[in-house]
Amino acid sequence: MAAPRAEHELHQRRFSRNLGVGLTLAGFVFIVFGLTYVKITNGSLAQGFDHVVRPEILPTQEGN
Amino acid sequence: MTDATQNIGSYEDEAQFGDYVALLKPRVMSLVVFTAAVGVFVAPVYVHPFVAFVAILFIALGGGASGALNMWYDHDIDAIMKRTSRRPVPAGKVTKGEALTIGLWLSAIAVVMLALASNMVAAGILAFTIFFYVVIYTMWLKRWTPQNIVIGGAAGAFPPMIGWAVATGGVSVESVLMFVIIFMWTPPHFWALSLFMNEDYSKAGVPMLTVTHGKAVTRKHILAYAALLAPLAVYAAFTSIGGWIYLAAALYLNTKFVYGAWQLYKRDDATADADSYKAEKKYFRFSLTYLFASFGALLVQALWVQGFGMGAW
Repeated sequence: MAAPRAEHELHQRRFSRNLGVGLTLAGFVFIVFGLTYVKITNGSLAQGFDHVVRPEILPTQEGN
Repeated sequence: MTDATQNIGSYEDEAQFGDYVALLKPRVMSLVVFTAAVGVFVAPVYVHPFVAFVAILFIALGGGASGALNMWYDHDIDAIMKRTSRRPVPAGKVTKGEALTIGLWLSAIAVVMLALASNMVAAGILAFTIFFYVVIYTMWLKRWTPQNIVIGGAAGAFPPMIGWAVATGGVSVESVLMFVIIFMWTPPHFWALSLFMNEDYSKAGVPMLTVTHGKAVTRKHILAYAALLAPLAVYAAFTSIGGWIYLAAALYLNTKFVYGAWQLYKRDDATADADSYKAEKKYFRFSLTYLFASFGALLVQALWVQGFGMGAW
């Protein structure tokens, strides 16, 4: 496979447009991530229990 | 020259990122952002700052998307009017098809993301707002009736209601009053503009009230709407979002708004022509201040109550 040629003039001309689209998409990813984090944690710290019993979500037993 | 460069057209006409942003009517979006933010923050329900930020962003994007769809449909009259002739579609920077595609996709993204960020009520009102602005106002009323601004103004009045729904998940008398303030403010605002931009609308064949019924009737209508708006705006001071800060602002702003309308009503075309529509231009500028200050006062009132723990009344 041939090595990429020198940057075409088209790339320079469309740089600002491509940069804008790239930053917009990056911003969208950040928003989806941030929203997911906020929704999951609901204002408290995220908990990293995986396949481990979380005592605080077990039903409380009478007499305890 | 490669095939790729041949398909691009001349360099001068090529759209830059800013042209696609211009398609979303950023100045209108700033008003949407502000009024939607007020709707979120004056509501009596806490919203996580990031959720509020995302919700306001997508409400604004929905507004921007409807702006792109408006530019797609109105490309013919935009090209005729001096005020709109430099918009991306009539300027040849962005094609009609691009404006339509961008408008539709951004509408869908904005509604879905608002539903995910907040709730279905807020997303539903946003979807209805886009439909109302594009189909009811742009496609139907704008070219058909001189009341276009009155009914079409509802589209611009929804953002604070959407913001309120983001926080509360519903509609209430407070959110309806915020809607009514913008709804009743829109006709005097645009008719003041059309008094000194009359030629533009005449050339494009848009049936603005100044074109169909003349300027004297328009002046009367401006006064009527300003007079009807005043008591409703002041009434908002006596609801849960009101208080003495907002009441003082509303009394001052509405007195000035009605008095300005009365001064316009007393003027005739000869006087206005003589001073190049000085009073009309001043009234148009003040109408913008009126809206920002009214909603700003609601925000300050909410901060006073929430931040300092002071009671509204």
